[in-house]
Amino acid sequence: MHVPDGFINAPTSAVTGVVAAGAVAVSLRGARRELGGTSRAGEAERGGERTAPLAGLVAAFIFAVQMLNFPVAAGTSGHLLGGALAAILVGPYTGVLCVSVVLLMQGILFADGGLTALGVNITDMAIVTTVVAYAVFRGLVKVLPRTRRSVTVSSFVAALVSVPAAALAFTFLYWIGGTTDVAIGKVATAMIGVHVLIGIGEAVITALTVGAVVAVRPDLVHGARGLGPRLKLRVNGELVDAPSGNTPSGTTPSGTGPAPAPVAARSHRKVWITGLVASLVLAGFVSFYASANPDGLEKVASDKGIDEKAEEHASADSPLADYGVEDITDARVSGGLAGVIGVGVTVVAGSAVFWAVRRRRSDDASPSSTETTR
Amino acid sequence: MGTGHAHRLYRHGHSPVHGLPPHTKLAAAFAFVVVVVSTPREAMWAFGLYAVLLAAVAYAARVPASFLLKRLLIEVPFVAFAVLMPFVAEGERVGVLGMSLSVNGLWGAWNVLAKGTLGVAASVLLASTTELRALLLGLQRLRLPPLLVQIASFMIRYGDVIADEMRRMRIARESRGFEARGVRHWGVLAKSAGALFIRSYERGERVHLAMVSRGYAGSMPVIDEVTASRAQWSYALALPGAALVVCLLGWTL
Repeated sequence: MHVPDGFINAPTSAVTGVVAAGAVAVSLRGARRELGGTSRAGEAERGGERTAPLAGLVAAFIFAVQMLNFPVAAGTSGHLLGGALAAILVGPYTGVLCVSVVLLMQGILFADGGLTALGVNITDMAIVTTVVAYAVFRGLVKVLPRTRRSVTVSSFVAALVSVPAAALAFTFLYWIGGTTDVAIGKVATAMIGVHVLIGIGEAVITALTVGAVVAVRPDLVHGARGLGPRLKLRVNGELVDAPSGNTPSGTTPSGTGPAPAPVAARSHRKVWITGLVASLVLAGFVSFYASANPDGLEKVASDKGIDEKAEEHASADSPLADYGVEDITDARVSGGLAGVIGVGVTVVAGSAVFWAVRRRRSDDASPSSTETTR
Repeated sequence: MGTGHAHRLYRHGHSPVHGLPPHTKLAAAFAFVVVVVSTPREAMWAFGLYAVLLAAVAYAARVPASFLLKRLLIEVPFVAFAVLMPFVAEGERVGVLGMSLSVNGLWGAWNVLAKGTLGVAASVLLASTTELRALLLGLQRLRLPPLLVQIASFMIRYGDVIADEMRRMRIARESRGFEARGVRHWGVLAKSAGALFIRSYERGERVHLAMVSRGYAGSMPVIDEVTASRAQWSYALALPGAALVVCLLGWTL
C-alpha cells in the first residue's frame, strides 16, 4: 500500500505532510506519557528517556513482523500491516510514532514509498489505521465485559475496521489529489473490496497475536490495562477494595503491580469514541451498499466517460477540477460516498480540534507555572 | 512488501558523492523528487533529462547500473498498478493492438511510472552512498525532532537483532517439524509474533536500564557534529538545481 511519488499531486502531498508532521509532534508528547509511566509535569525528561529505547524496539518489532509471512493458500501469503497491533499493544501515540518511523525509514532507506508521498503514507497507514483501530478497540472494551476474551474480540474488530478505513482514507486522498481521473466509485470499490479481505487476515492475525501476549504478559498490553482484578486488602478477615485515592494512578511502574486505569476513562472521550464508531458503522454500511450495485457504478462510469471527453487533460491535476468533475457524476452514488467520506473527515477534524483545545488547556497550566518561577 | 528489505543497502566507496555531508544529500534528494513530481507529465523529454542527471550522479558515485536496477525492483507492485490504469481510467479512448485504452489512463500510467521510478532511483542512490548512522545524523541536522531520530536509530540498530530473533524462532519451529502451509497454522505464527513482541519490549526495557546506568538522561550526546561548507552545499544542490531548470523549461515549452 506504499504510495510512490507522482501518484498524488503536489498540493495534497504538502497538506498531508503538514498533517503527518502535526500528528507525529502530538504523538511524541503523548508517547512520553504512555511509556514513561509517570506523567508529572516536572518529570517530562524522565518520560522521554524511556520513550526512545522502548518505542525504537517496538518499531523494530513492527518492522520485523511485517516480514513474517502468513501463508494463505498455495503460493500466496500475506503479512501483518501492524497499525492496529501497535495501537493495542503499546497505545495509540506510541503506535502512530512507531509506524511513522517505520514508514520514514522504509521511504529513505528502502525506497519503499516515495519521499514526497511520505505525508500521504504516514497519514494513511500510520495515523488513520492506528487511531481508528484504537478508537474502535477502546469503545468495544468499554462495552464488553472485563475479560481477556473481550480484549481479543475487540482487537479482532479493531483490526478488521482499521484496514478498510485506511483504504477509505486513501480513496479520499485520491479523490482530492489523484493524478489520474479513474472514477472515484471504481477506486473506492476496488480499494475497499480488496482491503476488506486484507482486513480479515489482519484481524485474525492481530487477534491471535494480542491473545498470545495477553496470555503471557497482560501487563504489557496497553489496551488490557485495568482489566486485572482490583487490589483487595484483607481487613479483619474479610476482603475489601483497596482505597484507590491513596495511590495516584500514574505512579505505578508499567512493568509490575496493578496497572493504572485506562487513559480513556474520562467521560468526554467516551462521547467522541461513540460518535466515531457510529460514523464508521455508517460508512461501512453505506459503502457496502454502494459496492453491492456494480451495475450502477458501471453506468456511472460510462456516463462519466462521455461527459469527460470535453475535459482538458492539463487541468486534471488541480484539485478543484477533480471536485467539479466528481460532482457532475451520478448524484446518488458519488453523493453517498462523499457523504460517507465527509462524515469521516468531520469526525477526524472535530476530534483533532477537540484534542488541540484540550492540549491547549493543559498547556495553559504549565507555561503559567513556569512564568511565576521566572 | 516484506521482500527486498534484506538487501545490502550501503555500498562502501570513496567517491565525491560518498564524501558529501549527509544532510546536504538528504536535502538534495528531497528537493530533486519535489521538482520531479511537480513537472507536467506531458513534457516527456524532461523525465529523460532527469534520468540522465541521476545517471550522472550514479556515475560520480561509482554505483554500477546493475546494482541500481536491481534495487529498482521494489517498484514492481506499482508497475502492475500502472499497467491497469489505461484499462480502467475514463475519457477519450484509443485502440492499441486491438485493445481500447484510455488516453487519460495512459498519461496517468506514464506519470506514475516515470515519477515513481525517478523517486525510487533517487532514494536508492541516497541510501547506497550514505551510511545509516550518517543518515540519522543528517536527519537530526535537518531539525527532525531528536526524539524521533533516536527512535529511528534504535529501530535501525536493533532491527537486525529482532529479525535474527525471528529467524531463530523460525528455525526452532522448523526443527520441530512445523511447516506453515495455510490458514490453519496461523495460530502458531501469531504466537511467535506475540513472543517476539514480548522479547522486543523486554529488550527495550533492558536497553533502557543499561543506558540509564551509563548516564543517559533522554538525549544522545552529539560528538561528531556534521557541518557542510558552502562549496559542499552548492555541490549537492547542483542536482536539484539542474532539475529545476529542466522543470521550468517543461512548464514553459
